[in-house]
Amino acid sequence: MNNKTAALKAAFPHTIPVMTGYLVLGAAYGILMDSKGFSLLWIIIASVFVYAGSMQFVSVALLAAGFDPLGALLMTLAVNARHLFYGISMLHQYRGTGRMKPYLIFSLTDESFSILCSAKVPEGVKEKWFYLFVSLLDHIYWIIGSILGGILGSLININTKGIDFVLTALFVVILINQWQSTKNHLPVIIGIASAILCRLLFGASDFIIPSMVCILLCVTILKKPMERGKVR
Amino acid sequence: MNYTTTQLILFFVIVALGTFFTRALPFILFPENIPIPRFMKYLADILPYTIIGLLVVYCLKDINLTQSPHAIPEAISIVVIILLHIWKKNTLLSIGGGALLYMILIQSVFV
Repeated sequence: MNNKTAALKAAFPHTIPVMTGYLVLGAAYGILMDSKGFSLLWIIIASVFVYAGSMQFVSVALLAAGFDPLGALLMTLAVNARHLFYGISMLHQYRGTGRMKPYLIFSLTDESFSILCSAKVPEGVKEKWFYLFVSLLDHIYWIIGSILGGILGSLININTKGIDFVLTALFVVILINQWQSTKNHLPVIIGIASAILCRLLFGASDFIIPSMVCILLCVTILKKPMERGKVR
Repeated sequence: MNYTTTQLILFFVIVALGTFFTRALPFILFPENIPIPRFMKYLADILPYTIIGLLVVYCLKDINLTQSPHAIPEAISIVVIILLHIWKKNTLLSIGGGALLYMILIQSVFV
């Protein structure tokens, strides 16, 4: 028990930025679903079982376009392809996590991953409990946010335009932390440059998969020099 | 939107399973009894440093440089976040301050 409390205490501060972002963005999702006439039940089902921020927003648009199961599947795979990189990165860390492993994998969102790949688990804290609490807290924030949005949707009237910038800010901050934590800046530069290049070439809706291919090519070609200048 | 309950359930099952599949695939390909190949370990070390940059660009994917306000609110906010974070090293302050500034900029300055 003590073990878990220590892990929860260690995990919570790391999740605070995500809490801000998820409560707000989750609420935005709830408001959007509510405005399309979906009941709270569907909002909760989506946030509990799909649990993927951008995909949930995309799925509202998909539903608006009409019922197309195959199209929905292909769109889901395309929008979420970036998750493959998270899985590859967490393969080693998630070994030996036992029964909680399926949940840890299920809940590997952009934001949870960004915390888990960079956070240092304090000494004396069991890693797998730390991973679990970061993932679970983030999931809870998302669910609560979307419920609040679904309920308050039509009641509150504040201008939330631009509030999704919270997540941009979160990623920028993580990027700065990564930049300062290592002398080898090449991987960060490869990531940004590939993404910008592919965004310009392929457009806003189709650049993620080309970017991933481009990143994979670059880091494969540069494996030798990269390993000489060890990143970690 | 006129959907039957069955259609909606089917829709969310597809989206949920599709999402889970993209998260689970690496773990399916490399179950615990298989040693992780050296190349995959290398990727695991390097990819987190590349993907966050991709996520930042992903967040900014809809900006348009040729149309007013020419992504100036985004540029100002990100510069402020960077300076604030290098100066104070306070994650919450950097994120909260940056997002608030951005909201003010697009709601009342660059309308």
